[in-house]
Amino acid sequence: MSNFSMDAMDNMQFDVLREIGNIGAGNAMTALSQLLNKKIDMGVPKVELIELKNLPDAVGGADAIVVGILLTLSNDVEGMIMFIVSQETARKTADVLLGQPIDPDAPLTEMEISALQEIGNIITGAYMSALSMLTHLNVNLSIPYMAVDMAGAVLSVPAIEFGKVGDQALLIQSEFGGEDDGMEGYFILIPTEESSGKILSSLGL
Amino acid sequence: MGEMIRVGMADLNVCKAPDAITTLGLGSCVGVVLFDPETKIAGMVHVMLPDSTKIRQNQNAAKFADTGIALLIEKMMEKGAGRSRLVAKMAGGAQMFAFSSNNDMLRIGERNVEAAKEKLNEFRIRILAEDTGLNYGRTIEFYPENGELLIKAVGKEPKTI
Repeated sequence: MSNFSMDAMDNMQFDVLREIGNIGAGNAMTALSQLLNKKIDMGVPKVELIELKNLPDAVGGADAIVVGILLTLSNDVEGMIMFIVSQETARKTADVLLGQPIDPDAPLTEMEISALQEIGNIITGAYMSALSMLTHLNVNLSIPYMAVDMAGAVLSVPAIEFGKVGDQALLIQSEFGGEDDGMEGYFILIPTEESSGKILSSLGL
Repeated sequence: MGEMIRVGMADLNVCKAPDAITTLGLGSCVGVVLFDPETKIAGMVHVMLPDSTKIRQNQNAAKFADTGIALLIEKMMEKGAGRSRLVAKMAGGAQMFAFSSNNDMLRIGERNVEAAKEKLNEFRIRILAEDTGLNYGRTIEFYPENGELLIKAVGKEPKTI
């Protein structure tokens, strides 16, 4: 699979990456539900390949403020994984975890930031362990890095990595929420080109 | 007021006063503005990567500092800008995440800025002003009418360079 290319992916390869995304996001949401001790409903994750220039619009517009949590991948699979939520969703999630009421106007407190990093850590870890189990590849995750900024700016980091190998990005969108509060999150998995080939060949493609 | 022309990621466009040109949410990418003060023609490119020669998939010229700036000059001249009058302003090239490891994919903002400067220097285009680096995103708007570049960031006062 040394000649794998994101732009020239066939249907079979796309389906496999999509399935990995589904399983990963499902695992991640289970972990989140346990962490928050709350029933979390998850929609069927949407997986799509989108043009890089349309990537910010897919998560609410280039100047919408989002929270991005990014971890780098090493060992058998190299690259990065990013979890993105709107500022509102991030705050709701952190507040559920901390058991404190929501103040929508105040900036994120140190405690909330730290809670969000931990959430990012746990759910991306669950996502990647699903991938690791499926492919029998070893993946090490870095510590979580977080940024609160315009979607375009936060997404420039994964977009640049995708940009090195093509003009499209693989976006996995999962909707989740409790009974009343709809929350929405996005996973962006960015294996290096070589690692994408490795993932696919580990699954016999 | 004219229209506001939008430039996407890895994209470029050209405008003429009274129209203005913008790109939203520059992170590690760099927004390079070229401007001919006499004809009031301006162009903007939203560069993602420093060097097209290092990348196999390099058909989209606007994605790279080297080919993006070259293509932008071409497009501006087609529109009637004078090559020798062009001046530049730029913004972006932030490091969005405070990575601790020294991986080269993490210094990309800085490298984009360096590459854009090198290319502008090669074309002998003077950089009038820049607002680059640091760790936050920027939305930029350029007004060819007066040559001002407006920079907006989350939680900061807008500024003009």
